[in-house]
Amino acid sequence: MDSIIQRKNELIRIEGLGKTFTSKSGSVTALKNINLSIYSGEIFGIIGLSGAGKSTLVRCINFLERPTEGDVIFDGESLSSLTPAQLRIRRRSMGMIFQQFNLLMQRTALANITFPLEIAGVPKERALERARELLQIVGLADREKAYPSQLSGGQKQRIAIARALATEPKVLLCDEATSALDPTTTASILALIKDINRKLGITVIIITHEMSVIEEICSRVAIIDHSKIAEVGDVDEIFIRPKSEIARKLIFPEGPRETLFNGEHCVRIVFDGKSSFEPVIANLILECQTPVNILYANTKNVNGTALGQMLLQLPESESSRKRVLAYLTVKGIPFTEETIRQED
Amino acid sequence: MDLSIFTPELLKAIGWGIIETLYMTLFSTLLAYVIGLPVGILLVTTAKDGVTPLPWFNAILGFIVNLMRSIPFIILLILVLPFTRLVVGTTIGSTATVVPLVISAAPFIARMVESSLREVDAGVIEAAHSMGATPIQIVWKVMLPEATPSLIIGSAIAVTTILGYTAMSGFVGGGGLGTIAVNYGYYRYKTDVMLVTVLLLVLIVQVFQELGMRISLAGDKRAR
Repeated sequence: MDSIIQRKNELIRIEGLGKTFTSKSGSVTALKNINLSIYSGEIFGIIGLSGAGKSTLVRCINFLERPTEGDVIFDGESLSSLTPAQLRIRRRSMGMIFQQFNLLMQRTALANITFPLEIAGVPKERALERARELLQIVGLADREKAYPSQLSGGQKQRIAIARALATEPKVLLCDEATSALDPTTTASILALIKDINRKLGITVIIITHEMSVIEEICSRVAIIDHSKIAEVGDVDEIFIRPKSEIARKLIFPEGPRETLFNGEHCVRIVFDGKSSFEPVIANLILECQTPVNILYANTKNVNGTALGQMLLQLPESESSRKRVLAYLTVKGIPFTEETIRQED
Repeated sequence: MDLSIFTPELLKAIGWGIIETLYMTLFSTLLAYVIGLPVGILLVTTAKDGVTPLPWFNAILGFIVNLMRSIPFIILLILVLPFTRLVVGTTIGSTATVVPLVISAAPFIARMVESSLREVDAGVIEAAHSMGATPIQIVWKVMLPEATPSLIIGSAIAVTTILGYTAMSGFVGGGGLGTIAVNYGYYRYKTDVMLVTVLLLVLIVQVFQELGMRISLAGDKRAR
């Protein structure tokens, strides 16, 4: 199941990147040997639990945090080889938005958007023109005179997106951009980001701790755990066949509920768009002449496809189990055998 | 109160006292800001987490500021007399008082500016970095504008504090309402005159404080 995005144009390559923070009280390693390629035009997700190092990683991509090991190659250029002045100019090609929006509170919406252009030395008239264009794109053309304190969270993030796009960047870095927003606003901001990605062809990197954000708009994802990359690949692939423990935990945030069942002989089966139309479980029980116990079931919308997961407990008898597994194999339904352990 | 002591001459002297006090206060504040504002900015920018970290410089600057702030104004007034004579040519009168006032107020203002600038959200500064802003642009276009309401409140506090110092300088012939209070109230036991000058000082403090608050509030776009 290969992704449709073309993989020729590598926009960002992260090579053996590591970051250790040193202070008087000792050193903390936030990132260890990170290797990633991000391709032009894709929406790439980086997910992990809080403290996993994902916020440090996104700050290493634009060198807000200088990596202590390795390098970032952006558009064919090694960022670690740049002088501070060259780096500042390079950053204009990398827009960034934040969880807390970080707008200038004493400037109007319009003046916030012209800010990066002022810094870049763009003539005032041209900057205003561009800012109004961007207000149109983010759907806030009527609020140009409003101050951030007069805007809602979603509107603030829209202004922040417009501001990040002002200098026509090649990549938009989103650091927990929807974490401070309610679900409805989150959906509208994600839709806007997707729209910008499609219409303007801007590559997007999304940092989040919410799997739903990844499922909603990302094509590929890197899962980061304990300062390292645990897994990287296409979102639908990882969703169907999560390899790492952390991936399973993130896909099933309701995980602890599973521990209510303490069982062996479990299988996790995944329905893709096709098999969702078939009464798979009913057929399985009829075919195999054996009951199964449904421990957990869930359907998710991954990039527009309905993907379902179900955790089944199979009967004790080995022959019945084999029949069930054979049935699943024949029907081409992806599954993994699992043992559910009691966790603390 | 016996109003007959308020002769036209005395009233004229009080009028001049007000003008001199305002002159000393505002001129000193202005000059103290010329020194204190850049020092306050440097205290923030050269700090370990600042935009241009320079810890050793920050430590030295902080030490000098603390040293100067720990000298009581009345002592400083006398200590700098030779320097005052060098700069102004005399040690008496309101212009001469400006010298110790500035020396005393500048480090105080530097600390006030420092604390105002520290209130600026680190996230906003980080956002400016992400757009490729230079340290000077961050100070000029982010820190100072974002801290303006707080800086204005700080300047109102500075003005009223300096006003208090001008009154103190009355003891060494500094001029202004302080000198009138000392000369009439202290040396000639005319308590009524002292009372009037004190009331006038209270009034001036109230006006400056209120003015500062209003300007700050009007310019603050954070809360509506």
